Amino acid sequence: METKNVMIVGVGGQGSLLASKLLGRLLLTKGYDIKVSEVHGMSQRGGSVVTYVRYGDKVYSPIIDKGEADFIVSFELLEAARWTEFLKPGGKIITNTQQINPMPIITGAAEYPSDLDKKMAAAGIDLDAFDALSLAEEAGSSKAVNIVLMGRLSNYFDATVEEWMQAIEQSVPAKFLEMNKKAFDLGRNSK
Amino acid sequence: MKKLMLGNEAVARGLYEAGCSFVSSYPGTPSTEITEMVAKYEEVYAEWAPNEKVAMESAFGAAMAGKRSFCGMKHVGLNVAADPLFTISYTGVNAGMVIAVADDPGMHSSQNEQDSRHYARASKIPMFEPADSMEAIEFTKLAYEISEKFDTPVLLKMCTRVAHSQSIVETSDRVEAEKAYEKNPAKFIMMPGNAKRRHPIVEERTLALSEYAESASFNRVEEGSDKSVGIITSSTSYQYVKEVCGDKYPVLKLGMIWPLPVKLIENFAKSVDKVIVVEELDSFVEEHCRNIGIDVSGKDIFSCIDEFSQNIVADKFGKETVCGIKLDDSIPNRPPVMCAGCPHRGLFYTLAKNKITVHGDIGCYTLGAVPPLSALDSTICMGASISGLHGFNKANKGESDGKTVAVIGDSTFMHSGMTGLVNIAYNSSNSTVIILDNSITGMTGHQQNPTTGYNLKGDPASKIDLETLCRAIGINRVRVVDPYNLKECETTIKEELEAQEPSVIISRRPCALLKYVKHNKPLVVDQDKCKSCKMCMKIGCPAISMSGGKAKIDNTLCTGCGVCEQLCKFDALSAPKEV
Repeated sequence: METKNVMIVGVGGQGSLLASKLLGRLLLTKGYDIKVSEVHGMSQRGGSVVTYVRYGDKVYSPIIDKGEADFIVSFELLEAARWTEFLKPGGKIITNTQQINPMPIITGAAEYPSDLDKKMAAAGIDLDAFDALSLAEEAGSSKAVNIVLMGRLSNYFDATVEEWMQAIEQSVPAKFLEMNKKAFDLGRNSK
Repeated sequence: MKKLMLGNEAVARGLYEAGCSFVSSYPGTPSTEITEMVAKYEEVYAEWAPNEKVAMESAFGAAMAGKRSFCGMKHVGLNVAADPLFTISYTGVNAGMVIAVADDPGMHSSQNEQDSRHYARASKIPMFEPADSMEAIEFTKLAYEISEKFDTPVLLKMCTRVAHSQSIVETSDRVEAEKAYEKNPAKFIMMPGNAKRRHPIVEERTLALSEYAESASFNRVEEGSDKSVGIITSSTSYQYVKEVCGDKYPVLKLGMIWPLPVKLIENFAKSVDKVIVVEELDSFVEEHCRNIGIDVSGKDIFSCIDEFSQNIVADKFGKETVCGIKLDDSIPNRPPVMCAGCPHRGLFYTLAKNKITVHGDIGCYTLGAVPPLSALDSTICMGASISGLHGFNKANKGESDGKTVAVIGDSTFMHSGMTGLVNIAYNSSNSTVIILDNSITGMTGHQQNPTTGYNLKGDPASKIDLETLCRAIGINRVRVVDPYNLKECETTIKEELEAQEPSVIISRRPCALLKYVKHNKPLVVDQDKCKSCKMCMKIGCPAISMSGGKAKIDNTLCTGCGVCEQLCKFDALSAPKEV
């Protein structure tokens, strides 16, 4: 199988690292070769963060380059728009519609571009944009946005709900398991 | 069992399996997790040393005692530890000793892009370079074998993309390894007479290692169908080459980057029409090829700046790449920022407000440089704030004393700030140093240090008293302020700048991200009182924005620190009323 590429993008502190670990665990049970590339250090402090998940028969490079991503899963709308060039022709962007202002916007040096979801769709991007934050809050915590997004991604993935649930169990603390299972269901089934 | 493992965790696993029993390191991205992960194995003693030089010397002591030892650091950390490095090359080891150094091509979290391979050649110490997590385990174990077989410390070179990528590994059991210590002055006492006798041994060792590198399995040729080009590469560059070219061209994949083989490269070059060296940063392997008389391409094609990717390699090999859709809108940058509730914010606001020249240092507080605070004037390396301030003030002959400070974190002060403060006291410059004591090593992800009262394993440890230490160094004026209290900060800074003797201000409050730090309720904005003056925006807090012309607080971020509240002249920001 040709290598498949999933980019997980967001704002430092939103929990994208856990999402990439979860996805890695899921893919390991499917028998693929896998590489997951993470971001640590300076860039974590509220900056733009990106993690790469690659799987297939044999994966060499740990990173995803422009024009290569089969999926971009974005925790924030501006971040989805930032990485569109990395999407493969025919790839799909799944994004939370939540907006978090970066410092240049907070200080007034820049403005948050309007209607980014509409502009992405108009540009011909296959886009699944939805309010993952509200669903996470409905599940019990705004911190569960990552699992809501994984639930949404699961609709397009060749893995059973049981396999996903097993990977979630391995990735989240036991006391938050039920909340995260609910977050996954809400992400997967709300349309 | 197959597992997904981070490159750094794989090094830790390799240490465990190789029977390493002593680890001393100083944290630095992208090397930190090796030591954090190895500390979880009960069989391994692991510690955070105050700096890399101390870590390396401690690890050497352990190897001399007969225990396999390790120290890990980032590329710039090896500069700090270069002093012992060059001499333990002469002494060699007893039990094996491995030194991991993690480069950061692309400078994801570093102040320069230095290529640590030069240290291997300069210090005449062999260096392994894994390309994924499985190799990280294998090469770590191999490094101990080589260390003991050839009586040398061994360098293990990581880089960001190997250190911080997970890939599949298979683990093995631990094998214990120990040797007895015997007194051997001719080997371990490096006074000139002994060192003169050791140097030829080092040169012979390098020749022997070079010979060993000719046929060892870590340097391998992968056949290719098209012999018009042959590629010599290693580490992540190897991964990008294979991603792009597959099995098209023959590849010489190097696992040991110093010393390099001669005949292996000569034979490889003979088997192809043209050789291209693909390596990130400097032309290290390329120069070796030229030195042995082989004409190769390298930096005439590939840049010595920034990290590579598959598209960069594809472009150089004339392979087309596609690019996704680019939106017409310009997308504003999202630079890293100081967290909401960060104790550094109030202090930097005060420094910027009073137009003070600030010599900065390495840590989260480097973010004080970005707008709107823009409070820093320099950042060089660990400890440079204090020594830089001393030189700046001395050279200005008193003119800058009253308007210049150094800022340095608690961990960085312990690392290499103390000696700069000794110089200020000893050579009496009228300088004011501010220690930003947030009770943790912040930027690298919360490591304990000698000022926190806990060790790497989380057990209570001796706690350095910064006030007593500064006084002992010879600073008579030592004051402590709460950086959340803007008035106290401003008054204290002004008084200490006016004082006609060296002084230290300790700005003390724990990092807002520490688990034990309790946050206050998010502040509320009184819409009627807010006059849209944007004073609260001047501190660059990510929790504050303007919405409909009025200040708005993000409840998910605000920690209720109250710094913005002190800036508002109209009392529009306040803690929520108790119901």
